[in-house]
Order: sequence, then structure tokens, then C-alpha cells
Amino acid sequence: MNVWLTIIVAGLGTYAIRLSFFVIFGRRGVPEHFARPLRFIPPAVFSAIVFPELLMPGGLLDISLGNLRLLAGILAVLVAWRTRNIVLTILVGMLALWLMQWLMW
Amino acid sequence: MTVKAASAREEFIAGIRTELPILVGVIPFGVIYGVLALESGLTPAEGQAMSSIVFAGSAQFIATQMFAGGAPGFVIALTVIIVNLRHLLYSASLTPFVMHLRPKWRWLLAYLLTDEAYAVTVTHYAEEDRITESEQNHEGHLHSIGNWLGNRHWFFLGAGLALWTTWQLSTAVGITLGVVVPQGWSLDFAIALTFIALLLPFLKDRPSQAAALTAGVTAVLAYHMAFKFGLVLAAVIGILVGVWLESRQ
Repeated sequence: MNVWLTIIVAGLGTYAIRLSFFVIFGRRGVPEHFARPLRFIPPAVFSAIVFPELLMPGGLLDISLGNLRLLAGILAVLVAWRTRNIVLTILVGMLALWLMQWLMW
Repeated sequence: MTVKAASAREEFIAGIRTELPILVGVIPFGVIYGVLALESGLTPAEGQAMSSIVFAGSAQFIATQMFAGGAPGFVIALTVIIVNLRHLLYSASLTPFVMHLRPKWRWLLAYLLTDEAYAVTVTHYAEEDRITESEQNHEGHLHSIGNWLGNRHWFFLGAGLALWTTWQLSTAVGITLGVVVPQGWSLDFAIALTFIALLLPFLKDRPSQAAALTAGVTAVLAYHMAFKFGLVLAAVIGILVGVWLESRQ
């Protein structure tokens, strides 16, 4: 599947989800057994992205002080936890990574 | 005391104004997306098209990350759709406010139904309804459904269009910057940082924390699965663990 087709399929799928209740299901609301799993989607997906990014830079597991992305990531977790601020989290994390890369040189 | 029905224009402007503080966070998010879209190997046209066709911030970040990792298209599309499944909830929750509208309106508002537009709109409707309810208790009369719904869909449209315009423009700025930003700045790390910031607010209770932890560990273990399918597998296992823990409580 090429890039354009991928974007179009992803877009149509997303639109169908957003439109679903507006046109099909009407006023009945979401059944309970259906709504419950939905709330776990964001934490599960976001975490599944973050873990390999921090623990496996370059595709290999590296849990050590030499893994600068892991160190910068832990700092970013603290910032995100205390401030709930996306921009600040990105800034602090990037600055920490750059500083450590610069010091390692 | 009576709440006067606002005009379409007033509702529309109120929607834009309420969306403004959120846009402060959306602009850098869009710029970073634009930069990363180019880093992941997408052309400027493809990066911009994703912002207008998919129009879903976090899913677009995941897609760029997967494009960069060489995942096949059907896995990327499937992942985007799974990530956006939460919009089912938004759609269901706003349905009572749009059911009386003509289909054209509903089709348009569904396109604008993002995290940020939903958050602002549902909060606004909930506040208005509290006022209306206390007023009803006070005066003991019921508003007709028509009056109650009034021009409120214009608020949704204002909030949604404000976000849409900002997202398209900030993407364009990011794509322009992406051409001049040199490689080797480890800018791809900004994606991981973005998701750290998005993840933390969801870790409020035990089942969510367990879902995140299992998904994360599974993603590491399944990292080398064919077609980059490990992400989908990890998400599904995390969700199942969350549901299971919640049902035991």
C-alpha cells in the first residue's frame, strides 16, 4: 500500500469512527461493555510507543546509564507528571538529550 | 433570571474564543509534526495531506514514526484507526446535540470531531445545561427541546474550525522548517517526548497504569515482529489487562 493510499484509508477509517453515532447509532448511546475497553486505548497505545523509544534506541535493548534517551526520557516523565505541559516536556527532554550528547563528545 | 438564546454568530465566536487557550499547545505540536513528517521520509504534500485527511494529532505522530520505521501501509492505517477508536466515545457523547441537524451539518461536524474540539464543546454544553437546569428548578418550567438546542451547533463549528485552521497552518510552518532543519539533531526523539506528555494524564487509576505497563513491556518484547505489528499486539494486550483488572474491582 503506497503512502497516499495509506493516508486515505487511515483518514476514511477515522472519519467513519467520528461519524458513527451521528448518523448510525442515533440516541441509544454506547453499550457499557463496548465503552469500557475504549478508555484503555490511549494509555496502552501511548505507552507501547514510549517504551521501545526509550529502552531500545537503534532497535537493541539498552538499560544502562549510557542510554542517553532513557535518561532524558525519565527526566521528561518527571516534568510531564509535575506540569502536565506538552511543550515544556518536549523542551526539557530535548535540551537534556542535546546537553548529554554534547558532554559525551 | 432567564438564559437568552444566543445567536448563531455569538455561538460561533464563543466557540473560537473558548478554543484559543488550547491552540497555544496545538501550534508547537503541529509545527513539530510538520518537521517530523519530513524527517520520516514523507514529501511535503503527503505530510500536509495527512493533516487535512486524517486530522488527528497523536495518530499522525504514530504514523510518521511508523513510516520512518518502514512499516507497511496496511499496518500503519490499522494502527491509526485503533488509536482513533476513542473518538467513538466522543461521537456518542455529542450525538444528542446534533441529532436534530440536517445530514450536511452532521457530516461536517463529524469531520471536526477531534480531542481538542470535543473537550471544549462538551465542557461548554455541560456548563450551559447546569445553568438551564437550575433555572428550571427555580421557575418550575421546562424549555422546549428546540429552544434548548437553539444555535448551539455553531459553538461546535467555531471551536472545530479554529482548531482545523490552526492545525493546517502549523503543519505548513513545520514542513517549511523541516526543509531547513539539519539532520542529526535527534529531532525524532521529540515524538517519544510528546507521547510521554500525552501518556501521563491517563495514568490516573490502577487498571490504566497496568494497561500502560503491560503494553509498554509487550511492545519491547514484540519489537522485532514482522510488519511492525508489535505495536498493535501490545495495545490489544494492554487494553485486555486494563479491562480484566477493572472487572475484578
